[in-house]
Amino acid sequence: MTDETTHALALVPEDLPTAESFLKPHRIVLMILFAGLVVAVAVFMRWDWLPRYLPRLGSGILVSLAMLFGTAILGFLLAVPLGLVQVTGPWFLKLPARLFCTIIRGTPLLLQLWLLYYGLGSLFPQFPWIRHSFLWPYLREAWPYGVAALTLSFAAYEGEVMRGAFAGVPQGELEAARAYGMGRWTMFRRIWLPRAVHRALPTLNGETVLQLKSTPLVATITVVDVYAVISKVRQETYLTYEPLLLLALIYMCLTGILVVAFRYFENRIPTSGA
Amino acid sequence: MTDAAQAIEVTDLHKRFGPLEVLKGVSLNARQGDVIAVIGGSGSGKSTFLRCINMLELPSAGRVSVHGEEIRMKPDGKGGLVPADRKQVQRIRTQLGMVFQSFNLWQHMTILENVIEAPVHVLGKSRAEAVETAERLLNRVGLFEKRDAYPAFLSGGQQQRAAIARALAIQPLVMLFDEPTSALDPELVGEVLAVIGDLAREKRTMILVTHEMKFARDVANHIVFLHNGIIEEQGPPEAIFGAPKSERLKKFISSIH
Repeated sequence: MTDETTHALALVPEDLPTAESFLKPHRIVLMILFAGLVVAVAVFMRWDWLPRYLPRLGSGILVSLAMLFGTAILGFLLAVPLGLVQVTGPWFLKLPARLFCTIIRGTPLLLQLWLLYYGLGSLFPQFPWIRHSFLWPYLREAWPYGVAALTLSFAAYEGEVMRGAFAGVPQGELEAARAYGMGRWTMFRRIWLPRAVHRALPTLNGETVLQLKSTPLVATITVVDVYAVISKVRQETYLTYEPLLLLALIYMCLTGILVVAFRYFENRIPTSGA
Repeated sequence: MTDAAQAIEVTDLHKRFGPLEVLKGVSLNARQGDVIAVIGGSGSGKSTFLRCINMLELPSAGRVSVHGEEIRMKPDGKGGLVPADRKQVQRIRTQLGMVFQSFNLWQHMTILENVIEAPVHVLGKSRAEAVETAERLLNRVGLFEKRDAYPAFLSGGQQQRAAIARALAIQPLVMLFDEPTSALDPELVGEVLAVIGDLAREKRTMILVTHEMKFARDVANHIVFLHNGIIEEQGPPEAIFGAPKSERLKKFISSIH
């Protein structure tokens, strides 16, 4: 993604709606229609099952969030070196990094998840030293494979994002850092990385939202996230739409929180129109 | 060798970019208190020369000494030179305050953070001490009120004055100016020249690559005219601008007036 588009996506304070901008006739009509829809959904559909499932839904949401934040943070920590070596590294680091990003980005996440879980997961027990290692209690569970697949996927996509962000930091600013006597590590830590992350924030925001919506895939390998809980509700109550609508609402709320949090960080360092 | 008044000594500097030889043996001796202006047409190698002094460009041959200490170089195996001791270069760079044509302020930091960055994270000063110095310097370049603004919100002239404060903050032995007004709108040139002129009048050692001939004549005590990678003529400003000897210098001076 080029510089112009990332800046265009960055929200400047003026874009936020003001109170009076809501009070336009067409908006009021739309709001009344929407409120009617919400009331209709609440009154005419069945929600009596909801209190029974609330605790399980709560823990499901926590599992989804843990999957999201765990894999996004681990993935980003991997993405930084992946992006960096593609910009400045020697060929023997550049090549594997590019290969990794290409392979992961070129295959479906669901496939990677199943290859890890059903492939590695069935391979591991054949080795006695793995079964006797301290890791075995975890390797018998499903969630480590979900974390691994989601982490690798996020790392590959964000590795590309960070490659562009590192390459896009103006050479002159790095030169200034060197000119005042900064060593490589100080320059990376103080100038290059923060500058690249700031440039990449709008893209990372979108990618983190996508990552949230990739988490339900772990339900296919028996991890009980919020999607798995909703599936359970549907099986037990024979209801189709109500649980799915609730699921949509939950994901929308989580997405909204993510977007607002990222915008807060983006706006901490304002970019001018340039 | 260790002359206390010695600021910068450059001996027989060569720089090649592939087949193109940009500098063909340039020597320069700056003593403390000298204000040296390097002039010349575009492509004369004057910016490359300045950037070789703090090793932003690596010279292909030649020697550079700062404050009597020679920067140790070794062959890079491809016909050029690389620093033998990276730490030495980093240490010597902290004695050279570089000001760039395109300001190169760090866009993710406020003006104050830009100015305290090198004192705190390179020289290891305490933040309080660095802030005190920075505020004094920003006051001096007339930007005290802008200390919490981000560079993108400043005019070019303000950004360049902030960049000068940032270079002064490391308390350099020599200031290096690389065409500091070339990227500025004409109406903003004056405010930057005023700041540089102030520094020159207080006898701060500086090497200034510039296109502003009148300014060079006013503030410099020594003018170096570079042409095609060699020093065509040098001397005090009265001689260079009043009685140029070489034909090329005569042509250059008449072309800009």
